[in-house]
This record gives sequence, structure tokens and C-alpha cells, in this order.
Amino acid sequence: MAANNYRHALFCAIVTLIISFPILGFNLEAKGVNIELTGAKTSTIVAVILAAVAVFVFQAYRDSFMGLLGKLPKLNPLAGREPMEQSKRVKLESWVLTGIVVLALFWPFVVSRGSVDLATLVLIYIMLALGLNVVVGLAGLLDLGYVAFYAVGAYTFALLSQYTGISFWMALPIGALLAGLTGMILGFPVLRLRGDYLAIVTLGFGEIIRILLNNWTTLTGGPNGIGGIPEPTLFGMEFGRRIKEEGNTSFHETFGIAYSGEHKVIFLYLIALVLAVITALIIRRFMRMPVGRAWEALREDEIAARSLGLSRTAVKLSAFTIGAFFAGFAGTVFASKQGFISPESFVFLESAIILAIVVLGGMGSQLGVILAAIAVTILPELAREFSEYRMLIFGAAMVLMMVWRPQGLLPMRRIHITLNKQG
Amino acid sequence: MSMLVLEDVHTHYGKIEALHGVSVEVNKGEIVSLIGANGAGKTTLLMTVCGMPQASSGRIFLEGRDITNEPTAQIMRSGLAIVPEGRRIFSGLTVEENLHMGGFFNNKTEIRKSQAHVYELFPRLKEREHQRAGTMSGGEQQMLAIGRALMSRPNMIILDEPSLGLAPLIIQQIFEIIGHLRDEGITVFLVEQNAHQALHLADRGYVLETGKIRLHDTGKNLLANPDVQNAYLGG
Ligand SMILES: Nc1ncnc2c1ncn2[C@@H]1O[C@H](COP(=O)(O)OP(=O)(O)OP(=O)(O)O)[C@@H](O)[C@H]1O
Ligand SMILES: [Mg+2]
Repeated sequence: MAANNYRHALFCAIVTLIISFPILGFNLEAKGVNIELTGAKTSTIVAVILAAVAVFVFQAYRDSFMGLLGKLPKLNPLAGREPMEQSKRVKLESWVLTGIVVLALFWPFVVSRGSVDLATLVLIYIMLALGLNVVVGLAGLLDLGYVAFYAVGAYTFALLSQYTGISFWMALPIGALLAGLTGMILGFPVLRLRGDYLAIVTLGFGEIIRILLNNWTTLTGGPNGIGGIPEPTLFGMEFGRRIKEEGNTSFHETFGIAYSGEHKVIFLYLIALVLAVITALIIRRFMRMPVGRAWEALREDEIAARSLGLSRTAVKLSAFTIGAFFAGFAGTVFASKQGFISPESFVFLESAIILAIVVLGGMGSQLGVILAAIAVTILPELAREFSEYRMLIFGAAMVLMMVWRPQGLLPMRRIHITLNKQG
Repeated sequence: MSMLVLEDVHTHYGKIEALHGVSVEVNKGEIVSLIGANGAGKTTLLMTVCGMPQASSGRIFLEGRDITNEPTAQIMRSGLAIVPEGRRIFSGLTVEENLHMGGFFNNKTEIRKSQAHVYELFPRLKEREHQRAGTMSGGEQQMLAIGRALMSRPNMIILDEPSLGLAPLIIQQIFEIIGHLRDEGITVFLVEQNAHQALHLADRGYVLETGKIRLHDTGKNLLANPDVQNAYLGG
């Protein structure tokens, strides 16, 4: 047993060395026309060896470390308490959600412009994660190419504004519908696939859309992206210093106040907030409807669900389409917020982050997803000082999380549906 | 009047043929039992009726309609219900929600009626209405599986080994319920390892051996048949 542990630890340490030495242990330097290979500084080599030792120690005493981690939940005062009664919990969750929304309404007026901007991004991620939660958390379809639908929404707005000068409010439903349609078209052939196969194919689709955007230069501008995407207007009032569109008025002139760049940022934030709330409410509604139960039934037992007459394709497709729809929604807001988009905003890492939010939030629970979206977007910003190590810290946090609370922050306790007595 | 007819049905799993030309007929209002050893193809036969998998040749008629090539969703919405092998209840859903899934295509009034009916048949389910189905005992889960199948108000119900893994007392109860369903006018097609009880209850019976029907007769005659006694009734 113990000998086995040491052998395993030694193996891991050697793998660490094999991986890190070629990458960190050598430097390529340009000397005139030639490139020379030199050894790295002694300090780097020492660090690599220390890392290998650390891996060895951790793997050798892994069980004790994991045991310690397992004890962590005891630090959590809420752990070990009896789960709350269903009706009470639903009420509490609604109160907490309402509280968060009320706080979020006042938030932009007390903090800095940068924070409001970041908060808008958080809200976009909340919309995305709520949408993906339908696909992954409720319907149990592992979609690794979700960012494709986000891109469809964003590019729909960008292209329409470029070619037809459409406004944000017109583009919002069109972008969402087109993304939903794309989801339906892509979903149709792939939803027969199960588990890992579905994951791989959706991953492929995500990349295909990105590569298409990158290479269809005549339409999308390729890697140069599309700029000049208009910001939302408020009943025809623009938030810029000067009016861009004829027939519009400007916000600060209408109200006779001095121009301030902050108005625009706050307005965008409020729009994102309203849309995020709408997204949450609509999806909540779906969860209580028969189609929501059908998603869960199919996830739990496909054969049983089919034997009750549910059509596998229709049920899966509805989840996929609705998920894609809200990604398109979020994409339109994103395009408007940035004013400029390029394929670089829609790489696989984005899909991975959104999926991480859903998993961290506890697959299926809305409040969990919202908290996770806040944590996942803000943590890397707080860790900005560590610049290059940001993603490393992020990764470590994810691993710890999976060990400590594999079921997510707030695992879904389902809303139970009862027939109302008179309906 | 036949409820279900299978004519020379062959079913394949990939290249392997599991049913080698099976013909079965179930008349309206009957209980028909199908017995056979493990791996004979009983589950395959029932699932072929439901279109999972579809028959590779032969024809299947439900109330006179050719359903051989219909998709499962369509077949299962036309008066047929199945209690699948191994119960397959939705363990994360409550008892009530499981029942509601069974009546997915009915309106609220119908659901409420069938739910009351199921609770009448299985008072135990009423007591456990809001319990998560996965936390119930095996017997209760089997009752739920039957109840869920009844929620769509089927004309015909197919049961795949409903007595599997249950205590004699519960088995007795389940068989009583099955008899009761016939009295309500529901046609029953029953697969059982528990050959004695199944044939006793049945109007007619079929014996399936390695993908072929070996015998068919009234339940009484099969019980008296020496071959059947040797192979399935423990001599
Ligand atoms: N999904 C499948 N893929 C491949 N072969 C299968 C599949 N399901 C069943 N079989 C094969 O088909 C044959 C019949 O199986 P089936 O499950 O119908 O038997 P059964 O009579 O229901 O047995 P039991 O009494 O054990 O439930 C077996 O040889 C089995 O291995
Ligand atoms: Mg079987």
C-alpha cells in the first residue's frame, strides 16, 4: 500500500519534470540571424525541481491531504444543518433573489465607473450561464460549444447595424431568435449522440463558427472584427456627447444636465440588469412548465421518458434551442456594450468559463448559478495583480471546489410541482 | 377482437438477431402471460412493440393499426402503456411528479382523475405523495411504476417482470392489482419469471425460448403441461 503510494508519487514527480523541463528549462535567443538554444537561469531550474518535489510530497501523502480537505465543510456553519422545508426554501430563495436585484439597482450610483462596467459583464455572464444551465443542468446535455450562439447574437447585431443601421432594441429579439434558430439547426443532427460524443461534436461546432467568422473576411471583417456598433437608446435618446443617428435626441440635453460618460455606462448596466432578470424569470417559468419536467425526466431516464410518449428529439431540441436563444440575447448586449467585436471574444475558453459557472453553481439551481457567475467573473479581476498567474489561481480554485463541494455551491433542490386545486 | 398482433416479427441488435419470427396475439380484455428463461428475448419482444428497437421485419398491429414503423412517441400516445423492466421510475422526482409525467399528454382534469384512481389502487402512494421516488422501497417503486403507466388511461398495459425482487406478500398484492385492471377492462400483456402465478392469472400464455415461441395455450393447459412444469415450474 505505502510502497505503491511512493512509486505513484515518484512517477508523478518524473512526469512533472518531463513536462516542465523542455518548456521552462531552455531559452531560445536570437543572435543575429541565428537562433541559439541556451539553458535557463539556475533559479528557474531550481524552481522546476522544487515543483517536482512538491508534487512528490503531495502525491505520497495524498490521502492525508484529502482527508484534511474533507474536513473543511465543518468550517461552514450551515453544513450539517437539516435541509430546509421545500416551501420555506423556495420563499427564502425568492427573497434573496429580490434582495440581490434591489441592491443591484442602487449599486451603480455608489461605485466607480469601472465597477459598473465589470458588473455589466457579470450580468452578461449570468444570462449566458442561466441559458446554459437549461441545456446542461436541466436537460443533461453537455454542450461545449455554447459560445457559438453567443457569437451568433453578437454578430447578428454587429452586421445588421453595419449594413442596415438597425437599433439595439430591434436587434435584441432578432439576435436571440437567430441564435435560437442556429441552435435548432445545429441541434437536430447532433442530439442523437450521447454524453461524451455530444460534447465533442458541440465543441467542434463552436470552433467551426469561430473559424467561419475569422475567415469570411468579406462579410465579417475576419480577425479585424466589426466596430461602430451602436449603444442602446432610451426612447430615442442617445447617451453620446453628439448625436449619431438623425431624428434622435441626446439624453443630457433633453434633461438639461451636463454631459457625463457615466450615464451611458449606468444605462447599459441597467439594461443588462433588466434583461438578466427577464431571462431568470422566463427560465423559471419554463422549469415549472411541462416542458421543464420533460427535460428532467429525459435526463433521469431516457427509456422511461420515451416509454411515456415523450419525443426524445423534441424535448432535447427545445432545451438546446432555448439555451441558444438566451446566448443570443446576451451576445447582443455584449456587442452593444463593447461597440466592437471580433472572433477573439468567442473562443473555447468562453464556453469553458460559462460551463464552469454552471457546474460551480450546482447544476440547475438559479441562485447558485448567479452567485457562481459573480465569483467567477470577479475573482480573476481581483487577482489581476498576479497577472500571469490569474488562470493558474482560477484553475486551483476550481480543483479545490470540486474536492470540497463536488455538488456545487448551491446544488439544485428542485421546485416541486403540484396541481393547483381549482385550475 | 384483437388488441395487439405480432406477425412473424424479427428483431436485431446490430447484427445479432434476438427474435427469430415471433407471432403473438392478445385479445381485448384478456390477460396474456409470456414466460421464458433469462435471455429468451421477452424484454426484447415487449420493447419491439414500443418501437425501441423497431422490428427489422414482420408486422405489428395495435387495435388494427399497423405500428411497425411508427416512432416510439407516437405508439406510446395511442392507448398503450408499459411498466418497463427494472421499474425505471424518475428517482429525483417526487411520487406525484412521477405520476404527472405518466399523464404528460392529458389535461389537468384528466390528470387529477387518474391520480385519484391510482391512489385508490395504491393507498401507499398517496401517503408518500411528496417523497422523492428514489428513496422508496422496491415494492413502493414498483407500485409507482404501475401507477405511472396507468396515468395515461391506457387501453392496454404491458408489464415486464413486475414481481422482480419483491417479497411474496407484495407480489401477491401486485398480482391482485393486475387482475383488478382486467376487471376494469384494461388488456394486460404480462412477462414473468414467476411462471406459476402468471399462468394462473392469465387467460392465455406463450412460452418463449431463445427468440422463438415454443408453446401457446390457455393458462390452465400450460400449467398442466409437463414440459412447462419441468422447465418453468420447478418440476
Ligand atoms: N441492447 C442490447 N444490445 C445487444 N443485445 C441485447 C440487448 N438487449 C438484449 N440483448 C440480447 O438479446 C437477447 C434477449 O434479451 P432480453 O433482454 O430480451 O431477454 P429476457 O428474456 O428479457 O431476459 P430476462 O428474463 O433476463 O429479462 C439476449 O441474448 C441479450 O443479450
Ligand atoms: Mg427481460
